Amino acid sequence: MESVQIQQKEKRHPMENLLRMDRMPHIWCTGCGIGNAVSAFADALAILDFDLDKVCVVSGIGCTGRVAGYIKVDSFHTTHGRAIPYATGIKLGNPDLKVIVISGDGDLVSIGGNHFVHAARRNIDLTVILVNNFIYAMTGGQVAPTTPIPAYTTTSPFGNFETPSNVPQLAEAAGAVYVARWTALHMRRLTYSIVDACKKPGFSVVEVISPCAMYYSRINKLGDGLDMMRFYYDHSMIKHGEPTDHLEIDYQKEIIVGKFVDRERPTFSESMKKWLEG
Amino acid sequence: MKANPSDVFTGTYYIDGDVAAAYGALAAGCKFLGGYPITPSTEAAEAFARKAPYVGAQFIQMEDELGSIASVLGASWAGKKSMTITSGPGYSLMMENIGLGAAMETPFVIINIQRSGPSTGVPTSTGQADIMQSRWGANGDYEIIALAPDSPQESFDFTIKAFNLAERYRVPVMFMADECVGHMTEKVVVPDASEIEIEPRRFYKGKKEEYIPYKRDKDLVSPIVKAGDGYHLYVTGLTHDERGYPILDNLSPFNIDQAKVRNKKSTNQYLVDKIRKNKDKIIELQENQLDDAEVVIVSYGITSRVSYRALEQARKEGIKAGMLRLITVWPFPDDRITELAKKVKGFVVPEINYGQIVFEVDRCSHGEANTILVPHGGASVHKPDDILGAIKKIMADDKKYDNIVEYTTSLEKQVFKGCLAEKIRKRQR
Repeated sequence: MESVQIQQKEKRHPMENLLRMDRMPHIWCTGCGIGNAVSAFADALAILDFDLDKVCVVSGIGCTGRVAGYIKVDSFHTTHGRAIPYATGIKLGNPDLKVIVISGDGDLVSIGGNHFVHAARRNIDLTVILVNNFIYAMTGGQVAPTTPIPAYTTTSPFGNFETPSNVPQLAEAAGAVYVARWTALHMRRLTYSIVDACKKPGFSVVEVISPCAMYYSRINKLGDGLDMMRFYYDHSMIKHGEPTDHLEIDYQKEIIVGKFVDRERPTFSESMKKWLEG
Repeated sequence: MKANPSDVFTGTYYIDGDVAAAYGALAAGCKFLGGYPITPSTEAAEAFARKAPYVGAQFIQMEDELGSIASVLGASWAGKKSMTITSGPGYSLMMENIGLGAAMETPFVIINIQRSGPSTGVPTSTGQADIMQSRWGANGDYEIIALAPDSPQESFDFTIKAFNLAERYRVPVMFMADECVGHMTEKVVVPDASEIEIEPRRFYKGKKEEYIPYKRDKDLVSPIVKAGDGYHLYVTGLTHDERGYPILDNLSPFNIDQAKVRNKKSTNQYLVDKIRKNKDKIIELQENQLDDAEVVIVSYGITSRVSYRALEQARKEGIKAGMLRLITVWPFPDDRITELAKKVKGFVVPEINYGQIVFEVDRCSHGEANTILVPHGGASVHKPDDILGAIKKIMADDKKYDNIVEYTTSLEKQVFKGCLAEKIRKRQR
């Protein structure tokens, strides 16, 4: 009797061509939302159908700073806060590249705040995916410029009293052409928002509200990552086109998500070309 | 490889050292400058910005020096020869990313037109006090190359040299001019492109599948690739193995491929070795009347020009003096100094600071020769008489110095006298 050979299907991860599988497992904790942002970004890349050889990812330092190491395109893990100017250099060095900055709130709003503002002002053709987990998680849960009042962190042991940054408002005021915010729960909408942002020429910002199960929710007794997701489910409200000054995030209150800014402004390269040739 | 004729503005100019440096950079094929205005380096950025559109180069004035150096690294990885231009305080701000550049082995050039310090110092006046900072400024172990020009012509020539070294060794190269050279206006000859030798970027030429980012050749330098070529490279400031992957992964107990990664070691050692083991090829010195010298002036940058005068005078007075000029300040010519120390009575080290390179000279002389420092607080250059005085002191002293001797310059004597006179005047009132 002939033996029947059962061919086992090779086990492949559906995102294998987009992720560095030889670097798995990744460093992120259970319940963290950064993985969701990476998945959404990978999905968006698949939808966008860009030539992957021409895509660059630049990250700064921190939990989200590690994203560059897991995405299988040209990726740069730079110094703290300097992801945006580094990306600016890449974009101006080779304008054919699509450059995406993925980094955290501490990296982009605090130490790199100046670069964020000026890249938006110049309207450099970059897409920024800003993962906001309200805390410095890599260093063990310190207060961030986005920490809501009165959340506890290790360096705000009596509760935070500083006014947090409103990232979409900052981005709009500085001149970003596309600003959206989603939570790690809104995977489909987040994915399409990243697609839109990547297609949009100019400085586009997608803020991703992400749970930090290990530090933020633990010190504030908000449960684990799943509980945070449930909270997002109950408390997030989609309001497209909401004025950005309404978008402050209060502690455990409603989070307004959606697309807030989508406008046209000439990019840095366009302006330069026009100016020098005109 | 010869320079591209369209990048070279051939001609004879009457320009300052800053502008000459910008012309040199363009001739070397520099296509990106991320800068931030700071006295006394602005003329270089201005000259570059004026010429950039004509040679297809990109100039951007970033929001700060932190941003400008980061953009230079980015542009370098995008395949462009890149540089930034700065001075003291701006240079201090750049340190973190110089470390990143060294760790990622990114070729780029920093033009530092040194001014008096510390801090804001005297922005419009000269100094040579960033020399140690240029080597040790960022955290961790690494090596860089530093050049010190002493005239606008050298400003042009050495910028090309700086780019060549940066590309050859994949290392940040510091062009340590000073305000005096930067603002000195002299004749500068920009030769024909066919006379300018430039080092092209050493791109990886093998099979794409076999590419290992930090696999070294016999000179311990690895060929480079650029973003957008399909290598899907990953570069990081984390200590990495030759694949460019952080070694943290290799140590992680969760890593499923333990067997595969166990032998992947840190490449940190190569960051210093690639310079130290090649230093004979890198180091460039200018030697003057050293054959019969009994006392040697060791100088660099603008100070070397003043030293020539002192040397001339000493020889006129019958003193057997010689001069060793450091063209590459880093890596330091340890062996040559040690060799000289065995033959001569002593070294005179004039610097526009209160002692930096003098420690290196003293270290390398291993107690065989005396060392005198001729310090200078900045804002001007040495008087040749001071250097001559130090030469005479070495010749006169028979005993071995226990330590580095600091020569009291005429300027300090004057200041002291001035204070004393002021006191007396006050008392008389």
